[in-house]
Amino acid sequence: MKSLGSIRRDFAPWNDPNAKPYIQFDKVIKKFGDFTAVNNLSLTIFEREFFALLGASGCGKSTLLRMLAGFEEPTAGRILLDGQDLRGIPPYKRPVNMMFQSYALFPHMTVEKNIAFGLKQEGMPAPDIEKRVAEMLRLVKLEQFAKRKPHQLSGGQRQRVALARSVAKRPKVLLLDEPLGALDKKLREETQFELMDLQQELGLTFVVVTHDQEEAMTMADRIAIMDKGEVMQVATPAEIYEAPTSRFVAHFVGNVNMFEGKVAERAANTTRITGATGAQIVVENAAETANGADIVFAIRPEKIKVSSKKPADAVNALEGEVYDVAYLGDMTVYHIKLDDGQMVRASALNASRVTEDPLTWNDRAWVSFRPDAGVVLTR
Amino acid sequence: MTNIAAAASPSAETAALPTQLAKGFVDRLVIIIPYLWLLFFFLVPFIIVFKISLSQTAIAMPPYMPVLDFSDGISGYFAGFRELNFDNYTLLTQDALYFNAYVTSVIIAGISTILTLIVGYPIAYGMARAPATVRPILLMLVILPFWTSFLIRVYAWIGILKPEGLLNELLLSLHIVSDKLQILNTYNAIFIGIVYSYLPFMVLPLYSSLEKMDYLLIEAAKDLGCPPTSAFWKITFPLSLPGVIAGCLLVFIPAVGEFVIPDLLGGSQTLMIGRTLWNEFFNNRDWPVSSAVAVILLLVLIIPIMFFQQAQARAQEQGK
Repeated sequence: MKSLGSIRRDFAPWNDPNAKPYIQFDKVIKKFGDFTAVNNLSLTIFEREFFALLGASGCGKSTLLRMLAGFEEPTAGRILLDGQDLRGIPPYKRPVNMMFQSYALFPHMTVEKNIAFGLKQEGMPAPDIEKRVAEMLRLVKLEQFAKRKPHQLSGGQRQRVALARSVAKRPKVLLLDEPLGALDKKLREETQFELMDLQQELGLTFVVVTHDQEEAMTMADRIAIMDKGEVMQVATPAEIYEAPTSRFVAHFVGNVNMFEGKVAERAANTTRITGATGAQIVVENAAETANGADIVFAIRPEKIKVSSKKPADAVNALEGEVYDVAYLGDMTVYHIKLDDGQMVRASALNASRVTEDPLTWNDRAWVSFRPDAGVVLTR
Repeated sequence: MTNIAAAASPSAETAALPTQLAKGFVDRLVIIIPYLWLLFFFLVPFIIVFKISLSQTAIAMPPYMPVLDFSDGISGYFAGFRELNFDNYTLLTQDALYFNAYVTSVIIAGISTILTLIVGYPIAYGMARAPATVRPILLMLVILPFWTSFLIRVYAWIGILKPEGLLNELLLSLHIVSDKLQILNTYNAIFIGIVYSYLPFMVLPLYSSLEKMDYLLIEAAKDLGCPPTSAFWKITFPLSLPGVIAGCLLVFIPAVGEFVIPDLLGGSQTLMIGRTLWNEFFNNRDWPVSSAVAVILLLVLIIPIMFFQQAQARAQEQGK
């Protein structure tokens, strides 16, 4: 079955034309003086979605989050939450909570008091607060640390306190600003799955800001790739990776090979492309291009096969020389310099312990790929 | 490897020993200097003052007896000890004047401290929240008055506060008051003088504790449903408490013993311990009683300092 859908089966409200949007950014512009942080951005997020805003620093993703939390007001445009326009509503009256990158735990309060802080503001009766705090402590496995102060905790524990504090009020939306940014790699990987479980368990809508593509790919239902205050693409992790709609997105997520070229000949399903240096390749997935149009063919390294002899049945096979080989344990990465000068990065999973077709520096080699292995990009 | 190192180390140690000793001595010398300073310029003078406070007035040079010296030999020296007594301290408890002066001083210092805190906190807060480029200038402005003599600045207040002074002229010309206000030579003038003079001592520690505070904490509080005013009392103020305590003690302690401000601005009828001390010493030439007043004043001041140090130790324990 050919599908680039959500990892969570039966959860794809973005494909349902009748689904009610939960958070809506409607032509939002945010300027700081002369600098435009968010430029005419429209975005829809659905209830119970785990949504990631992914981009390099300064792309406007944090500004978007802060506007949702109420710390910044948009210069123009509207932000709707569950149908309600959020303009003019101060942060302390919004049904959203934020988990800060630096955690922003109150240093003069114990873990318990930190978690109870929001509930007290709500005017929740004391016995209920106690119950909720105990529940939250259990959820993040910090029961025995209830009486500690933040500075007596490890980084990972502080992160969990921040999380517990921000979900204690059961907000409609939880905003997470680089939630795992301050953790070391191993802890980060564990926590990613904990966050996903937590979101499922509580049934909340999560909007997470991150610059770590792996983090976004692991956790999110959908990812919005941002650049210079604009959304480049909103799609599921698989779509973002396998079907990027622009060079920027293809480059931003994972590794990619780009072949510059022109559309030479269009057939029913396939399109023949003449590379800038004369190489011919045949590809699918180029429906919207015209003859003679300048395009880029983007293909991921793991979809390129490297062999010492020309594969007999390959539609696309190009010859070159091994320029570099890197053995990474789980896979081997080859850099092949094609005869027309183009560099190609290919990776092969080391499925067995011995390589049957060993290639080394300066060996002649063939790279081959299927017509549907890559995408044709026009922008 | 370890064997070689173990075999080699004893000779290396014996060679290093003299230099280590020398280094240890230099280290200790550095610590000894402040102790010697305190010994000669604090403890010894205090013992002398304490001894005088136990003596009797005498029309002599120096104006008290016994004078402990060795003119009568060692036995004469120790005989002098027998003449020392606590009569002056008894006098302090018998005459209500001293008790009233202490109490008035503490009350005036206390009220002034609270007023200074109320005036100083917004200033410190504003400075801490100002753009980082402006902060050094604001800090400079707070310290700037120190460049003029304290005495001259207090004299200037006489010119402002006196019945035909600048303040009254201004209020009259603006028709805010119809009669001249009597501010000079009242307790109000003392409050104004103390608040004005000690403001930097309040602002600076407050500023340093407020500046360290992470503004994200306020955002976090707001995010959790806390309106700005409430966020101030629940987050900002508790976190600035070490600064509040330091500032209050830096104002309170010198204000209790303040002499110049009550003397110049408070007029003759104000009863503060600093003035009482001055009168005993220079007008009555009663060194023993004024020494007793000074010793008691020191005790009155040492207690808040001890509180301060305890608070600081506690704050350090909290790692903040």
